Amino acid sequence: MDKRMTDHKYPTAIILALALAMASSQILVAKDVPDHIAAIRAVGKRAKGHAAAIRAWQSLSQLPATSLPEVLAGMDGANDLAVNWLRSAADTITQRHLEAKKTLPIKQLEDFISDTSHHPRARRTAYEIIVLVDEGAHDRIIPGLLNDPSLELRRDAVSHAIAQSLAVPGTAAAIESFRHALRGARDLDQIEAITKHIRDRGGEVNLQEQFGFLLDWSLVGPFDNSERRGFDQAYPPEVELDLTHTYKGKDGDVSWRTHTTEDEYGTVDLNVVMGKHKGAICYAHTIFYSADKRSVELRLGCINGNKVWLNGKLLTSNHVYHASTSIDQYIAKGEIKKGRNEILLKVAQNEQTEDWAQRWQFQLRVCDQYGTAIRGGERP
Amino acid sequence: MTYKTAGGFCVLAGALVFTVSLAGEDWRQFRGSNSNSSAGDSRIPLEWSENNNVAWRTPIPGKGASGPIVVGHRIFVTRSGGIKQNRLYVLCVDARTGRQLWRRDFWATGRTYTHPSSSVAAPTPASDGKRVVAFFSSNDLVCLDLEGNLLWYRGLALDFDKAGNDVGMSSSPTIAGNVVVVQAENQGNSFATGIDIRTGEQLWETTRGGRANWASPIVIEGPSGQPAVLMQSPTGVTAYEAETGKILWEMDLACGTIPSPTLAGDLILLNSNGLTALRVTKGKAKPEIAWTSNRLGMNGASPVVHEGKVYVLSGSIAKCADLETGELEWQVRLTGRFWASPIVAGGHVYFINQDGEAQIVSIGTTGTLVAENAFGEVVQGTPAVSGDAMFVCTDKHIWKITE
Repeated sequence: MDKRMTDHKYPTAIILALALAMASSQILVAKDVPDHIAAIRAVGKRAKGHAAAIRAWQSLSQLPATSLPEVLAGMDGANDLAVNWLRSAADTITQRHLEAKKTLPIKQLEDFISDTSHHPRARRTAYEIIVLVDEGAHDRIIPGLLNDPSLELRRDAVSHAIAQSLAVPGTAAAIESFRHALRGARDLDQIEAITKHIRDRGGEVNLQEQFGFLLDWSLVGPFDNSERRGFDQAYPPEVELDLTHTYKGKDGDVSWRTHTTEDEYGTVDLNVVMGKHKGAICYAHTIFYSADKRSVELRLGCINGNKVWLNGKLLTSNHVYHASTSIDQYIAKGEIKKGRNEILLKVAQNEQTEDWAQRWQFQLRVCDQYGTAIRGGERP
Repeated sequence: MTYKTAGGFCVLAGALVFTVSLAGEDWRQFRGSNSNSSAGDSRIPLEWSENNNVAWRTPIPGKGASGPIVVGHRIFVTRSGGIKQNRLYVLCVDARTGRQLWRRDFWATGRTYTHPSSSVAAPTPASDGKRVVAFFSSNDLVCLDLEGNLLWYRGLALDFDKAGNDVGMSSSPTIAGNVVVVQAENQGNSFATGIDIRTGEQLWETTRGGRANWASPIVIEGPSGQPAVLMQSPTGVTAYEAETGKILWEMDLACGTIPSPTLAGDLILLNSNGLTALRVTKGKAKPEIAWTSNRLGMNGASPVVHEGKVYVLSGSIAKCADLETGELEWQVRLTGRFWASPIVAGGHVYFINQDGEAQIVSIGTTGTLVAENAFGEVVQGTPAVSGDAMFVCTDKHIWKITE
């Protein structure tokens, strides 16, 4: 034994006892990991499960780095709150090991990323831990993730594919390379960037199809929304849908009219189609034919108050006016049937007390959970 | 005076004063520990450049309109990242060296749309000296200890359905004793809530007005000396008991939605009809209006109070008024658009516009623009001051300005 240790004021036996105690405590901690993870996964709304989760987090954060894959796997199937608790535990473990200049389990974390059954955020966390210490990780891991279920990993892969496409010689080959990147892209900015590259080279991109915007609508209105009271008033179109009917509207009788938008981003401008109105409601209806029964997301961009029904079921209601808008602003989950599906929107304009509050419009698309467009089929 | 709450813990009434006196050189929340943006006699340089009076500058990730806070030798900063701004970051930087001590990452559980110029990380974090509470426009509320250990995490958008503001929300949290108070007012759903800082559990909640409001709550003393929280909105001003959420007093006084209230001794300054001062008198159930000046209107920045004067920014005109009377004493024309509230230190007011141009006005019987310095980067958050150093978050770095 090192003489310096034997000269220390603490006897060797005490040092050994402390070391043993520390080792056994770590074993105990490791044995309890599933219970600690379960306690954190139990957190819910309104601080549900906080007391147990706070204790569990303190234990998890003391685990060795070899436990990182197990901690990250705790995110699988967990709610968004629990994912954040576990993410911070993983970050704390990682920081402690890096400060102590200990190695991280790079191989195990890379294997973890390869298993796409894990939670996308768990896999992203594993990747972000790896790149802290492994400069080559990006080029090794990212290029193969162009269709990854983690949209964050996929985004990096699309960026990589764009950079590669820029270096491809020959117009046709470059366009094909950009199209390959476009098939993976789900974020608006990347889709627009790739589209520009393709168009600059003489290629064509149909953004309406790329995003899957619904273009053909039947519209009726205006109904009264003075003092915003019409938003929760069920006018006839949301009680009994009949596209042949004439209703009493805000300024007289109104009946359904058809409209197909030609806007590249699928926007239906009601100020153009219906005319400008203050304190008004418009209903918009379309039919979506599906080859299968499946879960979908109806993704709405609308700067006005809005409601969305799918086959008569209210999916979302947002009584907000002129507070910005963007593609996919409101995402509503629903189930579509095989065959004919009815989609109904209510788009409410307020009384426009501010001069900048003029827009009355919407855009809607049907997607899977990753934002991949689901295109409706032709009427059978 | 102490009293026992239903939760079984004791609180020293007047905790605010106690905390502030201990805080010393800390800058623990939006506009400082006293919420008045005054750094007293701190001696901040009047001039700086890359090689002069910049102790360090440290890159920070993502976007953020929040300001830094200082606790001891630690600086805490919030940022948001990702193409959808759904990545939330809390960073701790060593005030002495600029070295990042730790960073914690989370994913937003609420809405993350904002105006392009803003950020999900717009509210400034707050600290009680032992913990840091970070609030985001997505209504995510994180509590960490000073070492970066998670204490609890709340997703308030999950609890208050439809609470969100697609322009972005910037109301900063405040801490009264053991209660974290947040104010979130939007068209969809508006609320304020008090949360136990030790557990993350909710002590109270109340519905707020249904208009977007970016102003922050401040801690005041209630009529019985109890810790209270003041909130303003277009429909009025309300004082809540911090521990229970009980309304202590309210006044039908239409207030602005961006500048925040400011406490100045026995006066409360509100962005109402320009600037309105309420006088709080011990033993009276509610304050009374002391004065109103429609010449002291504000746009984005909040009022600053120092040694009997109040300073406001009306557009790009800096104004000084007597705190007791509201009488305008002098004004100086500055340039640019301002989001960051000014700070007072060492006989000067530091105004930093959104283009990162710091315009420094000496204060006395008149105000004089004495120095201008350019960060060359966008500045939206209110600076923090600790000792003789000013900390400024830009869109790219956190800077330490000191001799």
